[in-house]
Amino acid sequence: MQNVMQSNEDYEKQYEARERKRKIMHIVGRVLVFTILIIWAIFTFWPFYWMVVTSFKDTMSINVYPPELWPHNPTLDTYKKIFAEANVWRWTLNSFIISCTQTVTDVILAAMAGYAFAKLKFPGRNKIFWTMLCTMMIPSEITLIPLYILVINKFNLGNTYAALIIPGMVGIGHIFLMKQYMGGLPSTLIDAGRIDGCSEWRIFWKIIMPMSKPGLAVLAIFEFVGTWNSFFWPLLVTNESNMRTIQVGLSSFKFEHMQDYGSIMACSVFAALPMVILFLALQKYFLKGITVGAIKG
Amino acid sequence: MQKSAKESVGTRFKYNIKNYGWCYVFIAIPVLLFCIFTIYPIIMAFVMSFQEYNVMESKWVGLQNYKTVFGSPIFWKAMKNTIIYTVGTVPVNILIAFIMSVLIFPLGKRGQTFFKSAFYLPAVTSGVVTSLVWLWMFDPQETGFFNAIMKAMGFPTHMWLASSNTALFSLMFMTYLGGHGSAIILYLASLGNIPKSLYEAADIDHASWFSKVKNITWPMLKPTTLYLLIIGIIDSFQVFMASYIMTQGGPNFSTTTIAYLIFQHAFEEFNFGLASAESFILGVIIVVISVIQFKFLSSDVEY
Repeated sequence: MQNVMQSNEDYEKQYEARERKRKIMHIVGRVLVFTILIIWAIFTFWPFYWMVVTSFKDTMSINVYPPELWPHNPTLDTYKKIFAEANVWRWTLNSFIISCTQTVTDVILAAMAGYAFAKLKFPGRNKIFWTMLCTMMIPSEITLIPLYILVINKFNLGNTYAALIIPGMVGIGHIFLMKQYMGGLPSTLIDAGRIDGCSEWRIFWKIIMPMSKPGLAVLAIFEFVGTWNSFFWPLLVTNESNMRTIQVGLSSFKFEHMQDYGSIMACSVFAALPMVILFLALQKYFLKGITVGAIKG
Repeated sequence: MQKSAKESVGTRFKYNIKNYGWCYVFIAIPVLLFCIFTIYPIIMAFVMSFQEYNVMESKWVGLQNYKTVFGSPIFWKAMKNTIIYTVGTVPVNILIAFIMSVLIFPLGKRGQTFFKSAFYLPAVTSGVVTSLVWLWMFDPQETGFFNAIMKAMGFPTHMWLASSNTALFSLMFMTYLGGHGSAIILYLASLGNIPKSLYEAADIDHASWFSKVKNITWPMLKPTTLYLLIIGIIDSFQVFMASYIMTQGGPNFSTTTIAYLIFQHAFEEFNFGLASAESFILGVIIVVISVIQFKFLSSDVEY
């Protein structure tokens, strides 16, 4: 009897030792994973840290080896230079104007079309929708060349806000997203509205739009950021510095000040800052919006 | 309701307007914009590809543009560059995003949100900003970040972007440290949908972490992987920004991608006909690859 009880205690001790070891391994594993992720995050952020640090260095500090990881003589000269020598404020204003306008038109028009395709039945609904959707697969390179000729030569709208805004007023992908989103809204409220004699227009504005606020918010954010960061089309339709957007202006700044990296980085910081601030303020909507439409169910 | 053919068109039209008028109002502006700015340009591009189209005049030349494109060694070099770029970035970045998502997922809600934000943030800065920062980091002098490291380790400085064997790779390297944000977010969302019972069953069989990932996580995430693969290939075939800002297609056309070539022909040489032909070839390639991927790779995917 004595021997059996002892071996029971032994078993318990061995079991506890194994459990302790398992828990330690678990914590070690967690710490390791966390460290790897933090290191990778540092790698990802490093270029942007480097950009900001460089923007505060004067020309002497930039051309010194080894490069300073932190500016010893921080200076605002680079920023003063970009405001003095380049049309930075005007570029930012242009970007702001076209981003705001396109966001408003995109949200309204995509919601209207998405609602019609999702909830209203009319002849040609499917044909029109699928035609529009299929063209999404066609790369933009094909359409940009004739679009350029159309807007610049035929309509003669080079260097105007119209040229910057109108072609992008509504995105087909956004119509698709709105259709998916509104398809999930309950039809009962719409039917109730119709029974009460609401016109379709009022149903849309008084019932559908308030219900769609989360989806509309996500759409608005992505459209705003996408337009702010857009480069190719504004590059094509503007060659006057006054009409350039901040991204195209930044690129022209680089080509004019080839090796002056302090100023180039300062201008880059200025171009990137608005969207970074927007992201930090509205993270929730960004993160939610990416999965909208891409994940089934 | 049976009416004669002539009558029915007119009355059908009136019936449609009366009953469905509002529906057409809702889609009117988008459809109009679509016709003017999408359908018409596509048709115009197709027609232009058979013409010699300069800024003011156009001349029908049949298949001449296509012959020029296929006979041009620069085109084939651009094609090769684009394919190398695609093969070297898309699978690698999907794999990196997958591994990171698998590592981030067990961290719980707050950890996930922190890392999701951290890794998505770079995507909010534009391609121009990213390209300029990396241009500075690849600077050929010893003050450029990478060359400073090289010198510190005792190696000679290198002209990353000016040397034809490292230029394209440098552009590819840029993507490894950057745009995984949205892929990670998509993977994390899908990871949440994997039933825990599968993992519990594997635990009962004492499966190792690696074997659980290989046999449960990876197959269950195949729809997301396929989506990222298709989108990734479509996007990387159209890469343009880095070439334009950083290397202008050089040195020796080693960073000329097809999209950059189209840009050069259209907006620097104003040879719209040739550029349209090239863009159509690019379009066909992209559509064919996407369809092939979708058909062949999704055969064993469960939805």
